[in-house]
Amino acid sequence: MSTLDFVVGIVYLVAAIAFVTGLHLMRSPATARRGSPLSAGGMVLAVAATLAKVANDGTISGTGWAVLGAGALLGAAVGLVSARRVKMTAIPQLVSLFNAVGGGAAAVVALMDVIRLTEHAGATVAGRTSVASVLDVLIGALTFSGSLIAAGKLQGWIPGRPIVLPGARAVNGLLALAAVGLGCYFMSGAYDSWWLVGSLFGALVLGITTVLPIGGADMPVVISLLNACTGIAVAMAGFVIDSAGLIIAGALVGASGGILTKLMADAMNRSIPAILAGGFGTGDTVNAVAPGVTGDVHPISVEDAAIQLAYAGKVMIVPGYGLAAAQAQHEARELAELLESRGIQVDFAIHPVAGRMPGHMNVLLAEANVPYTQLKEMDTANPEFPSTDVVLVVGANDVTNPAARRPGTPLSGMPILEVDRAQRVIVIKRSMGHGYAGIDNELYTEEKTGMLFADAKRGLAELAASVKALVGA
Amino acid sequence: MTTSLLADLSIFVLALLVGFEVISKVPSTLHTPLMSASNAIHGIVLVGAMLAAASANDAAGYVLGFVAAAFAAMNVVGGYAVTGRMLEMFKRRPDPVPAPAPPDGAGLLGSGTGPGPARDGSAGQGS
Repeated sequence: MSTLDFVVGIVYLVAAIAFVTGLHLMRSPATARRGSPLSAGGMVLAVAATLAKVANDGTISGTGWAVLGAGALLGAAVGLVSARRVKMTAIPQLVSLFNAVGGGAAAVVALMDVIRLTEHAGATVAGRTSVASVLDVLIGALTFSGSLIAAGKLQGWIPGRPIVLPGARAVNGLLALAAVGLGCYFMSGAYDSWWLVGSLFGALVLGITTVLPIGGADMPVVISLLNACTGIAVAMAGFVIDSAGLIIAGALVGASGGILTKLMADAMNRSIPAILAGGFGTGDTVNAVAPGVTGDVHPISVEDAAIQLAYAGKVMIVPGYGLAAAQAQHEARELAELLESRGIQVDFAIHPVAGRMPGHMNVLLAEANVPYTQLKEMDTANPEFPSTDVVLVVGANDVTNPAARRPGTPLSGMPILEVDRAQRVIVIKRSMGHGYAGIDNELYTEEKTGMLFADAKRGLAELAASVKALVGA
Repeated sequence: MTTSLLADLSIFVLALLVGFEVISKVPSTLHTPLMSASNAIHGIVLVGAMLAAASANDAAGYVLGFVAAAFAAMNVVGGYAVTGRMLEMFKRRPDPVPAPAPPDGAGLLGSGTGPGPARDGSAGQGS
């Protein structure tokens, strides 16, 4: 090992420390902002060290430099522009897109290495390289196509409903067998990179056919799972090219992504195998009615709702996906500030899966300049509901359904925000449509609940205007 | 070769354990930025793309090298940019709100003292 190689190795180690410390800082909102620059600094160091190593080794041709530079600049430009322009509501699909290209890059890296090793007839590939490259190509290619489909579903380019084709499961099984079989054949000593290419295409198709039958509601969990898969693919790429930096960073992402996937699935009351089986989350069909729903809903006018809010002492706002979809976070913040200026205590109660994925609502409200000290997590918010005068539910449904406390409903066992324990509840909702669980919300028929049928953005703006008119502000 | 594989495997497993340990402590508030941050970290595949492209010497190698470099650079640059944008929003109460608060309070006190003499005056008138 030359001195430079040693120094490069040390730099990778420093980068790894930066990645771990960066994630560690994200444990709390107060320090989270420092985490990302630290992690990015480690990345810059690692890339710079690699540049020095590549230049020093001298194996790279002039064309190689040009290709590398052009590719990196193009990718960086596309990544930067899309990251700058994306709306915060579209974050999940953008992360999925970045994840797709990461997985694709990992697969291509292994393929390149194998092509180089097998360019002469009769060449052999070391056991660890062949095993790692097959795993890398399989996982990377599956992640690539799967993440693109997931992003397309969230963006609305592909229907969000589950697309279930007849015999899909058998086809998936055959595809998986073919992809793995070709990979195994390659590992068994048929060192021709075309077998690996075949395996790659099998995994690409498998990624598409696996994600298509999964409903849009489950997509965030799928993206998180695919994110973890990319981590593992990158670690495998590290085994292929013998780079500890890739192994550490890849394994770190694989493990943390796996935990995150489990946390998300738990918060949504879904199991990961059930999600992968697909077919759930049609969103707009009625497939079950919770028992015990009786009585009618009580519509409430904007003026009445405004009076209740303006003369409350303590108000809790419960934002849900409807708020995110209507981009109404700024209207929510304006109403909250208006009420606060009247001396009313206003907090936001955030269910872990409010928005499109865990923590998404916090980002949306943070974007609208709601201070994070005003955002209450479920465990903090629930004990406060009995002493809350008015709860304003904006575009949230399943996460407020008291039916979750009873056994025997699709929601049973899901942790909910116990808004029905407050004195009064106002629900802003476009229609009586169902949430992803497809059942009636028992909250809506309670005596204390007033239904304000409106789009979240317009409803909040009208409420604010009405409160202003009421108090002459 | 065997010791190297063993060392790599040890690194892999220990890094997995570190990943489990770090994430199990994160509040759900930060799950979205966190997923984005970990997504950016696997952009380290750019290092792999650079090393692989360095040994490319034919058309196929150059095409694949270009694809790998572009994909990996998009992952790493976009990933950090979007994570930074998200986290930038996690601020304490922005200035415009707390800053006017003391003047407001002072204003209330001021208006409180304003009617004060008037009330004294009225009291004086009353007596």
